[in-house]
Amino acid sequence: MHPFFHLLQRDVRLASRRPLDALLPVAFFVLAASLFPLGVGPEPQTLQQIAPGVVWVCALLSAMLSLATLYGGDYADGSLEQMLLSGHSAVLLTLAKALAHWLLTGLPLLLVAPLLGVLFGMDADPIKALCLSLLLGTPILSLFGGLGAAITLGLRNGAVLILLLVLPLCMPVLIFGAGAVAALQSGISPAGHFSLLAALLLLSLLGVPVATAAALRISV
Amino acid sequence: MSASTPLDIADTDAITGLRAHALAGGRGHETLFRNLSFRVLPGELLWLRGHNGSGKTTLLRTVAGLSTPFAGSVRWNGQSLRGDLLAQKSLVYLGHHNGLKEDLSAVQALRFLSQLHGRDASANGLHAALRSLGVYHRRNLLVRMLSQGQRRRVALARLALETQPGLWVLDEPLEALDDGGQAIVRSLLQAHVQRAGSVLMTSHIALQLDGVPVRELHLSTTGVS
Repeated sequence: MHPFFHLLQRDVRLASRRPLDALLPVAFFVLAASLFPLGVGPEPQTLQQIAPGVVWVCALLSAMLSLATLYGGDYADGSLEQMLLSGHSAVLLTLAKALAHWLLTGLPLLLVAPLLGVLFGMDADPIKALCLSLLLGTPILSLFGGLGAAITLGLRNGAVLILLLVLPLCMPVLIFGAGAVAALQSGISPAGHFSLLAALLLLSLLGVPVATAAALRISV
Repeated sequence: MSASTPLDIADTDAITGLRAHALAGGRGHETLFRNLSFRVLPGELLWLRGHNGSGKTTLLRTVAGLSTPFAGSVRWNGQSLRGDLLAQKSLVYLGHHNGLKEDLSAVQALRFLSQLHGRDASANGLHAALRSLGVYHRRNLLVRMLSQGQRRRVALARLALETQPGLWVLDEPLEALDDGGQAIVRSLLQAHVQRAGSVLMTSHIALQLDGVPVRELHLSTTGVS
């Protein structure tokens, strides 16, 4: 097996050792999104209209929660040095870290999202579109999040800096992700939005791990 | 590059082993050492000495390829350790940090490291390594339950997994170890040097190895003695 899978397996195992930490992003996601009906009011029309945006913003914020520890832990205990000296491509290893982050935060969000859709009174088709947009979009958040985490490694106030760095980069994902569902709701085909999201995903898969590996080499 | 420059001549006569040429490096903008040239041939141990803050750790990190040198070059068997992934495979670097995850058991943490570095990760091999470091009975405890010295022993068990005459770059490997632990590490160093391996290490504790000559490099004077 390639160390890619060993690293992936290790990160998932480490998360299972601290289940409360691992569940925090999903809990935040559900809690934050369910505050909106309470604050905005129960009119079904309004809720359906704001649902895609609310779910996407909450997904974006909850994906940011666990970023500070994504490379922070490996940096503090010396695992990161060992990874960079292992004789394997650092690009592949950062890809494994991003995939682990997505499996542990992105995928749970995706599974809970239909529930929130029902809570906001969305119909079946917009809920499907929401899930598809999250499926295409959340990996991008994990990739850019990893880049932010790598750049801010070892800095004081790193956690805040990550947000300032990563949130602007994630705006296109938010626009096309929420836009796809809104388009469907207003009777337009969301195919264009999905294509753009998929293109963003492919581009960031190609470019972001390289940048992350370079940032790690500077930070370590 | 023309073959007549002194650098090239020096390059070709030290194809095997570790060779640093006119190396300068430091932390941030502060230069800690400059114009440093030394070699560690196969079957040699170079003991890096110097007072606190003289740049020993920085030099080890530069040699291992974690820090970029300000000037000069480091070659292992003619290859750069920073760029060449194949050359990295014969390197064992052990820094101040042990590289063990606190939430894994000792044997799981060691297994991940040996898988990462492409070494023997079979249960038998790992158990034998832990046994030779005297922490076999602790193998299923979480790393965070281990004492400082026991963690160091688990990290050093990587050395017991080595079979090839590669390059060991060790930063204070004897620290936190009791007398018994230090004796084990000394015998591992001895075995590595005797199979024509190279060692570059720092230690505040005197290094006496039976049958193995120890060369010293004093960082304040930057001369090999």
